[in-house]
Amino acid sequence: MQEKNISANNFEQCQKCSLCETVCPVMANNPEYGGPKRSGPDGERYRLKNGIFYDDSLKYCLNCKRCEVACPSGVRIADLIQQARIDFNRRPPKLRDMMLASTDQMGPVASAFAPIVNFSLGLAPVKGLLDVTIGLDHRRTLPKYSSETFVRWFNKHAAASQDSFRKHVSYYHGCYANYNYPQLAKDFVAVMNAFGYGVHLIERERCCGVAKIANGMIEAATRDAKINMAAFRKSISAGRDIITVSTTCTMTLLEEYPELLKVDNGDVKAHINLVEQFLYKAIASGEVKPVWKEGWKARAAYHCPCHQERLGLGIFTTELLKMIPGMELIELESNCCGIAGTYGFKKENFKVSQMIGRPLFDEIAAVAPEFVACECETCKWQIEMSTGVAVKNPVSILADALDLQKTSELNSL
Amino acid sequence: MPINNEFDVIIVGGGITGAGTARDCAMRGLKVLLIERHDIATGATGRNHGLLHSGARYALKDSESAEECIRENKILRSIASNCIEDTGGLFITLPEDADSGFGLDYQTKFIDACIKAGIDAQAISPEEAREKEPSVNPSLIGAVVVPDGSVDPFRLCAANVTDAAMHGAKILVYTEFLDFIREGDTILGVKVLDTRTGLKAEYRAPVTVNAAGIWGHGVAAKAGIHIGMYPAKGALLVFGHRVNNVVINRCRKSADGDILVPGDSVTVIGTTSTKVPFEECDNMEVTPEEVSLLLREGCALCPSLASTRILRAYAGVRPLVADDSDPSGRSISRGIVCLDHETRDGVKGFVSITGGKLMTYRLMAELATDAVCRKLGENKLCETAETPLPGSVDGRIETVSKRFEGKVSLGQKSAAGRQGDLVGKLRFDSEADRQLVCECENVTLAEIKYAVAELGVTSLMDLRRRTRVGMGTCQGTLCIRKAAKALAAALGDPSLEGKLAADYLDERWKGMRAVGWGDTLREMEFMQRVYKYEKPYSYDEI
Repeated sequence: MQEKNISANNFEQCQKCSLCETVCPVMANNPEYGGPKRSGPDGERYRLKNGIFYDDSLKYCLNCKRCEVACPSGVRIADLIQQARIDFNRRPPKLRDMMLASTDQMGPVASAFAPIVNFSLGLAPVKGLLDVTIGLDHRRTLPKYSSETFVRWFNKHAAASQDSFRKHVSYYHGCYANYNYPQLAKDFVAVMNAFGYGVHLIERERCCGVAKIANGMIEAATRDAKINMAAFRKSISAGRDIITVSTTCTMTLLEEYPELLKVDNGDVKAHINLVEQFLYKAIASGEVKPVWKEGWKARAAYHCPCHQERLGLGIFTTELLKMIPGMELIELESNCCGIAGTYGFKKENFKVSQMIGRPLFDEIAAVAPEFVACECETCKWQIEMSTGVAVKNPVSILADALDLQKTSELNSL
Repeated sequence: MPINNEFDVIIVGGGITGAGTARDCAMRGLKVLLIERHDIATGATGRNHGLLHSGARYALKDSESAEECIRENKILRSIASNCIEDTGGLFITLPEDADSGFGLDYQTKFIDACIKAGIDAQAISPEEAREKEPSVNPSLIGAVVVPDGSVDPFRLCAANVTDAAMHGAKILVYTEFLDFIREGDTILGVKVLDTRTGLKAEYRAPVTVNAAGIWGHGVAAKAGIHIGMYPAKGALLVFGHRVNNVVINRCRKSADGDILVPGDSVTVIGTTSTKVPFEECDNMEVTPEEVSLLLREGCALCPSLASTRILRAYAGVRPLVADDSDPSGRSISRGIVCLDHETRDGVKGFVSITGGKLMTYRLMAELATDAVCRKLGENKLCETAETPLPGSVDGRIETVSKRFEGKVSLGQKSAAGRQGDLVGKLRFDSEADRQLVCECENVTLAEIKYAVAELGVTSLMDLRRRTRVGMGTCQGTLCIRKAAKALAAALGDPSLEGKLAADYLDERWKGMRAVGWGDTLREMEFMQRVYKYEKPYSYDEI
């Protein structure tokens, strides 16, 4: 018998049961894509034999990780595919991909000229030009930039008061909340402050790197990862856990750093908390007490983002939202919305992206909620564009449903 | 009973030696009949490491074999490029080898002997060895680089058979040798049985060549001739993927489990050497002791084998010509034995070619064909050392896969690797042809159709030998019904599907059972569930 009963080579644990293929949203919609089993564990054997067997169709994987959730053998299928793309795809990233991936380089520029950028990006001729020149699909509604970033706002209006709280957390806001939608981050600060937590920024926060990984910019992603990890360690040693709001950033920090970027996070992992998980636990244990607005009512549908499915933390979101009196929460079927970060922005993926999202869009139309509750920013873009139904982050829903004043008073006692 | 007299030579045995002899005879213009009781390459030919020996292993104790090996090694590189892979090889010295007298002094002697035999052997430092082959045991104290490689014995055998047929040879598989047709002291031909139809037939030729490997002992016995053969069982394990990309050998006296060969999509460790009775040669089972021994020795070469999935175990029988004075069989020369039974035993029209090894099959075939030609009074020269085999005229995957139009699919690239430059014969006419049947080994329906139409396939085992269908991680669990359906349709009898699949899975099961733990055990459970599913209970019973 062998020393270890189960292969140390993760891809060899695949039993070829093909369950992953039944959940892959791309395979069902793009015949060019071989699917997770073939691109992942099957392909890995042949790539180990000879790099010539790297197949270009791996680019169609949108890294939703549903295959990994489905796999009964614990094979990190999507990671195998991402890793193969890193190892074998020798084509330099296109200008478009670099622009899409460099969220924290594009962000400051776009924010500085936000009114012009937003206006221009909304114009049909500009979108047509971007489509033709760099392959950004013209049918896509492009995210807006905010003229004042969250960080600027925070330093101006909130930073000074944070030390006065008894308890403290560090906030990893991510690029989206900083450049595109500071209101989410402001809501976060308001909710955390109301529950008695002082909020602090991570020193020199960098983009988590998910878009860079997806677009083959591994060195840049690794550099950023190391900076983030150093900042996290500093924060943790000061007694502040890290709170995140974006599910994709969270998955990247927790899973992709060690697996794909080979940046160790073993000592930090337990201190990174998704906000819904953190708040649910705090409320359920009595650590903090919410006071809800009288007569607040909503009928919402919850869409669980793919990366939340992978993290397995969606239950905290639904249970947290159900704590709100007056909340009627309908949990949608588990489906991918199709955008997968930068994937759906690319011209070559637009059609497949919309086909993948179709079952979700149809269900939302049938349920006809007031709004969709969802933790993910790119799901928000996709669902709002494709259904016309507003998507709210659970943190913003809490900020709305909580009586912040009374909550604050109750928790500062 | 039909009697056929149109042949110059009948070759008994469709292993590599028989196939090579058939090719050589046919290329020299002889009318050839090859008979094989199973499929080609089912005996020792298909049951070895697939090591393209540099000869280094024999350099110290048998310089003649070593010289033969390196000569044939160079020839095969030029004539069989599609069947071999130039991986290079390492002979490593471990700290424990130094303790048992095989330290760096031995390495020096080893290198000297290699160079004397014409083998390019160069010592490198342990650091260089680790760099060259990262999976090697990092505690090694020395390493020698030699021109080892890997060879696909199925492919090599099939290429020889194909070329023989292209030169007019008649190939009869599933045709069992029963007895000789004999008149006095002259062999006039053979009596055979078609094992699929049950029909008997006779074939006549002035010369019959016994190339039946270990079974040649029995063939010769039918002529009343004794060849003292020594059936030495060798067991091997197949690991789930390419663990190493360079052959790793142990630089010491040959022992069990000291060669690790990367071949196609897997790695093979071997081998053992056990004397077995002739009766067991037809049904080899790998014992738990052999598995343990191979694993222990394999881990010394490459520690990660301890935690690598094992797909299956198998064993073959070396057709050694016995030396009764040595019970272990290790010090026997693996030299070629070509016997003209007229001079040796007074039986005319009969030649035996045996001993030798996969590496020297071409030379064996040349010697046997020379003997046949002498008997027939022919004096054509052997051209097999210069003429590339079919598929190997330009066998590199990179160049061959360019033959397809448009974007080359994974299935096409894999087929190019297996079929070499014959891959142009695959027809990708429909979407179905492009579909993968076997996803572990990237076998398309087009490749299956080609193998059935052109490579003489009648069972899924035959198909496996020509395409690798069902040889991957799942051992046929996912693909074999699809392959069976395609094969049954091609054979013109769709009702065969179930039987074809069952026969195949039984054979796979045998190899998996010997290593049935961990991931492989799960695979076996899964295979059982898929194919033997019985509803375990009904809701009413609960």
